Amino acid sequence: MSVLVIIPAYNEEGNLPIVFQDLSSNFSSADFLVINDGSTDGTREAAEAHGAELIDLPYNLGIGAAMQTGFMFAFKAGYDVAIQFDGDGQHRADEIENILRPVLDGSADMAVGSRFLGKSGYKVPVLRRAGIKIFSSILTFMTGIRFTDATSGFRAYGKRAIEMFSKYYPDDYPEVEAILLLHRNGIKVVEVPSEMRQRPSGKSSITFLRAVYYMVKVPLAVLTRRRNPADNIR
Amino acid sequence: MSLLELVSVVSSVVIISAVFFLIRRGKLLERYAMLWILASFVLLLFSAWRSLLDTVAHALGFYYAPSFLFLAGFVFLMLILLHFSVVISSLSVRNKSLAQELGLLKHEIEKLRKSLQSKD
Repeated sequence: MSVLVIIPAYNEEGNLPIVFQDLSSNFSSADFLVINDGSTDGTREAAEAHGAELIDLPYNLGIGAAMQTGFMFAFKAGYDVAIQFDGDGQHRADEIENILRPVLDGSADMAVGSRFLGKSGYKVPVLRRAGIKIFSSILTFMTGIRFTDATSGFRAYGKRAIEMFSKYYPDDYPEVEAILLLHRNGIKVVEVPSEMRQRPSGKSSITFLRAVYYMVKVPLAVLTRRRNPADNIR
Repeated sequence: MSLLELVSVVSSVVIISAVFFLIRRGKLLERYAMLWILASFVLLLFSAWRSLLDTVAHALGFYYAPSFLFLAGFVFLMLILLHFSVVISSLSVRNKSLAQELGLLKHEIEKLRKSLQSKD
């Protein structure tokens, strides 16, 4: 089983060393790919220092396009599993086994690590919690599967998911739509409990206007997207 | 011919001339000129042919015929803007794919270069 850990990073020179330290001591049996999403700081050097594969995007494309680049790479190289592991240190390497398990034993083709399943004591600001709840309810309603952390970016992807996402992956705030896309194409998605860290440094990228865009964009995409959007815009 | 009619005929002609001038100079692709040409010819037709304007406006229930001209112009502008938004969306998708391919290719070149160096 070949496993690729995809680490999207935008201006994470401060966090990448911590991320790699965590990965090398808790989950080292994989290849590592940093997608440097047009960073203006030393993200590139930080990734190179740890000997990870590095893809430099010429300018900032956003998390969706950065992840898609990772899927394109993983698909072409023929990886069995891809792990999405954020470059900001929020995700924990010792939790990777948990999201990997359903994909490895074939019970699902994508596993999402949820902060709100099980006993996790993860604290989230009220408004963000409300947003996550709304999106999770929408997904639960539309798929019939219970979701609790629809926006979580801590995910494991099997071969079918990798292939699908290498062809189409949403641009901004892709997490919710990605789940629905797989579900609509008969690809199984599960949530598994997962602990996460509060962000070690830097602020969340979500400002007020972006939150408004988020709240409008995601339902709009979810309600209007066709089953196979890869054929849409060219 | 009233002043209003004169002004709208002249502005239609100015738009048509500008569009043709820009196409000739290669500053505007024919593909993106279509809606402009259609809009300005329709507006010119209604501006210059007062009885046609009156008939159509009356049939549509306008009290004041020239206000139909404004509506027509407004609808065309909306169509043109929507068309632009579609074009911009398609350009963003292409631009994104291009940047992704560039990133992947740079990575591959870097790898090839390293494997060549290690052979030397």
